[in-house]
Amino acid sequence: MDGLSPRPGEDAPALAAGPGRVVGRPVTRIEDLPLVRGEGLFAADVNFPRQLHMRVVRAEIAHGRIVSVDAEAARAMPGVVAVWTAADVADIPLIPFRATKVRGLEPYCQPVLARDRVRYVGEPVAVVFADDAYRAEDAAETVMVELEELPVVLDAAAPPGEFAPGHDTEPTVVRKEYGDIDAAFRSAHAVVELELSVGRHSGVPLETRGAIARYDAAHDVLELHGTAKKQHWNRDEIARLLGRPPQGVHLFEGHVGGGFGVRGELYPEDLLVCAAALRLRRPVKWIEDRREHLVATNHSRQQSHRIRAAVDAEGRLLGIDDAFFHDQGAYVRTHGARVADLAAGMLPGPYRLPAYRVAGHFRLTNKTPAATYRAPGRYETTFVRERLMDAIAARLGIDPVEIRRRNLVAAAEMPHARPLDALGTDVVLDSGDYEGLLDKALARFGWDAMQQELAARRAAGECVGAGLAFFVEKSGLGPSDGVRVTVDATGAVEVVSGAASVGQGVETALAQICAEALGVDYSRIRVVRGRTDRIEFGNGAHASRVTVMSGSATWQAALAVREMALECAAQLLQLSPAELTIREGVVTRADGLAGPSLTLAEIARGRGPNSPAMRGQTPGLTAERWFWSDHMAYPYGVHLAQIRIDAGTGGVTVERYLVANDIGRAINPMLVEGQIVGGLAQGLGGALLEEFRYDPSGQPLSTTLADYLIPTIAEMPEVDVLIAEDAPSPLNPLGVKGAGEGGTNGAGACIASAVDDALRRPGAITSLPVLPAHLRALLTEAP
Amino acid sequence: MKPPPFHYHAPRTEAEALALLAELAPEEGRILAGGQSLVPAMALRVARPSHLIDINGLPGLDRLEVGDGQLRVGPLVRHAMIRRESVPGPLGALLDKVRGHIAHLPIRTRGTVCGSLANADPASEWCLVAATLGGAMLARSMRGDRMIAAEDFFQGFMTTALEPDELLAGLHLPVLPEGTRWGFHEFSRRAGDYAQAASLAVLEMRAGTIAAARIGIGAVEDRPRRLPEAEALLTNRAPTADLLRQAAAEARATLLPTDDDPTRPALAETVIRRALADAAGIELP
Repeated sequence: MDGLSPRPGEDAPALAAGPGRVVGRPVTRIEDLPLVRGEGLFAADVNFPRQLHMRVVRAEIAHGRIVSVDAEAARAMPGVVAVWTAADVADIPLIPFRATKVRGLEPYCQPVLARDRVRYVGEPVAVVFADDAYRAEDAAETVMVELEELPVVLDAAAPPGEFAPGHDTEPTVVRKEYGDIDAAFRSAHAVVELELSVGRHSGVPLETRGAIARYDAAHDVLELHGTAKKQHWNRDEIARLLGRPPQGVHLFEGHVGGGFGVRGELYPEDLLVCAAALRLRRPVKWIEDRREHLVATNHSRQQSHRIRAAVDAEGRLLGIDDAFFHDQGAYVRTHGARVADLAAGMLPGPYRLPAYRVAGHFRLTNKTPAATYRAPGRYETTFVRERLMDAIAARLGIDPVEIRRRNLVAAAEMPHARPLDALGTDVVLDSGDYEGLLDKALARFGWDAMQQELAARRAAGECVGAGLAFFVEKSGLGPSDGVRVTVDATGAVEVVSGAASVGQGVETALAQICAEALGVDYSRIRVVRGRTDRIEFGNGAHASRVTVMSGSATWQAALAVREMALECAAQLLQLSPAELTIREGVVTRADGLAGPSLTLAEIARGRGPNSPAMRGQTPGLTAERWFWSDHMAYPYGVHLAQIRIDAGTGGVTVERYLVANDIGRAINPMLVEGQIVGGLAQGLGGALLEEFRYDPSGQPLSTTLADYLIPTIAEMPEVDVLIAEDAPSPLNPLGVKGAGEGGTNGAGACIASAVDDALRRPGAITSLPVLPAHLRALLTEAP
Repeated sequence: MKPPPFHYHAPRTEAEALALLAELAPEEGRILAGGQSLVPAMALRVARPSHLIDINGLPGLDRLEVGDGQLRVGPLVRHAMIRRESVPGPLGALLDKVRGHIAHLPIRTRGTVCGSLANADPASEWCLVAATLGGAMLARSMRGDRMIAAEDFFQGFMTTALEPDELLAGLHLPVLPEGTRWGFHEFSRRAGDYAQAASLAVLEMRAGTIAAARIGIGAVEDRPRRLPEAEALLTNRAPTADLLRQAAAEARATLLPTDDDPTRPALAETVIRRALADAAGIELP
């Protein structure tokens, strides 16, 4: 095996532009059968005999000193097995965060149960374990938590308060800078300055979180079910925090009803069910309810920016100087300062920017902790940057499309290195034809004709407008992922990956890549993901990384298996490997002439451990390959919207929407389109509907889905998706870039731009979401 | 979101249900009809009835009957059962339109008209219809039946004149004569959400003038109500765009919104103006 490198022969598959046999085609999903038959395995579907149900007692005020927690009444309730408070889990350390360059965050991490203070409404204070979920909730109600109220911090831009003695609520400031920013402003023809903010919203998957832990004493293994996204890191940390070797902990993923960044992080409840399963020696199940979800699962997005741009007389950017306040909520969670760091690193987007300075104030507040949500740091900064571009256009009297053209990084400048970093890697825009995609998008949308149509409608009294936003995404975060491809003695193909699936079609995409390389039927490939007992390492599903990282590893491993199969067959058929190919799992002559053939099953059997031919070698028709990447791949695109405002109600109707997104190469265009449209729904939610609101004492006001409004099919516009493959990534063998976040990224910026246009008031929209009451107020003001 | 313990009763006759209600009302016994408001409130532990008296198994309570110039809606008539054919003439068309604005199909299939009235959410469309059309509620208990006029029935935010031992046994709505003009308009953040303002306007026309006007507003104050000043302004006048605008502005000036959104009166004016315009057949933005 070791001598075989992925070196394609002349007939071997190589991914040229355009669709291959399977790759690049909108084939149906292989994971759908159990889902459409009602045989899915979501967290709540997991049950074990003798299981206990956990109920969390949560803080009811936003900031307070814990005077006492009295659980005596709860312990006496029927069916209750145990009630724990902080003292019972004092040996479990604070929940850590994944390493970044940002220092000083450790004291701000969350304990699994509040120790001496509660810092947000919803913070776990105690847990009840009972034989029934109803009884657990009844008992949890009787736990008396006495608190002494402390002052709350709810505005991240207000002066910092006290987190704990000796620690204020600003653990760090993320600073990045390059170029001579002061000179840029000194020499500017004009300086444009804005104050902008993005509201608090987040991923609200239909399936809430869940965690089911079981200790298998016979094998001394702690199992955690209902997991998502990041199993291997979570496994290692659960093991460390509970004092077990990682080999003695295994995580399993069933189906996941939406991830979006918030599912699959390591939360207090995950550790609590694990600790309880070990101590109580019974399986422990916890299913988050919706009210809990809206106060306990990561929030996101909330930032306010004070940004200014220096431009020359033609509107070309000379420098951008930004200070922003990132509302992290009550604790640092597993992402550390990642969102603030990404915001700072990705803000310049697609534009040529000679000088840049940013200070991201990472601030804690007495609200639900925040972390990543689909297009983290980019949804926010695309809004800020594109508002800025619109403002520059308005100031200088230049068309909004033209101002972008003048500033876009040109295709000839690719790869374009910025003296900046994000997610710990240097920002090098790997490939792209930004202006080319802008032209395609404008043409597809009929931008110029639409402007005339809108003018006519305005003349007839309608309040209509159009907007655009350009964005740059990032994807394929390294450093590594491994995949093992195996053909068994029956010819069945298995792809074992360290990736995870949050429902996005990972199995299908990896199966297509494997099928393309190996010459087998994609629909019969088994893809293993999201479990730690089948592969030693994995970096999971986040940051639009799976298709880039695990996809590339799959490609390489499948090519290695192909080569191995051809070498074996060549010896047996007395031909050279170059004269052979694999079609439908059968090795035959590549030239199509009749002749002997061998199935992959026959070759696999010949490479079995009892085969004399394998003596001295590692048996099996199998290969494991690792794909490494030092840099991210940067997808990019344009959002275009046409909207109408009902001047009587302030209601916004999105009439037409286009997302143009270059992702280098679409493994499955149907899945890509689904990602983009679904992502757009969430982006529009943040632009027009969704907001976690709090009262002045820090009580959350958005605690049901009647108050936290997610878009439904009725609110979704007609969406056109333009998938471009003009700029394959040079960083991986498939040329792919991630497709998970582009649909979300530009939506807030684009809607703001279109609303401004409809109002005929450039710069009117300075915050998201754009609410009807605000528009009614704007419409009644004298312009 | 599991409800606290409660006792469940499934009476087989209306008399049995009323007896149970009389017995259990002092212990917070509640009628369970469609359960589309009560059950979620129980799951959130906001409502904590100790007894639920489920009337879904009772025969004959799902009747929709027309007679004596009235539409009578029984306590188990689901929202989805209200259709244009339910009652002839303009009332059928009006109710059909309103039904489409109530929540979503699963809720409409299960929730009941009388349940919405008894729940008395200020934004409820059926409450607005009852208040505007001068509906009457049939309250039934062991002590007997009584009719309660809509203006007496709705007493405030989710508060009605029903006594704890009374079952809301029906809604009576006057059948609208042929030729009656009507318009309904509401604004909600999303399709199916509770309205932020809703208005129903009903005009009786005679020889090109408005002989009688009923205008209702919902979701703005603590209960739905008619707008007598605007109605008076329209009566015996020919409907013109200016007149309707004036009436909506007049109505707005009399409103006492329950929330602090300063733009709520303007929104109310919009829905009133549009309901009136639809009723009068005049195009008004």
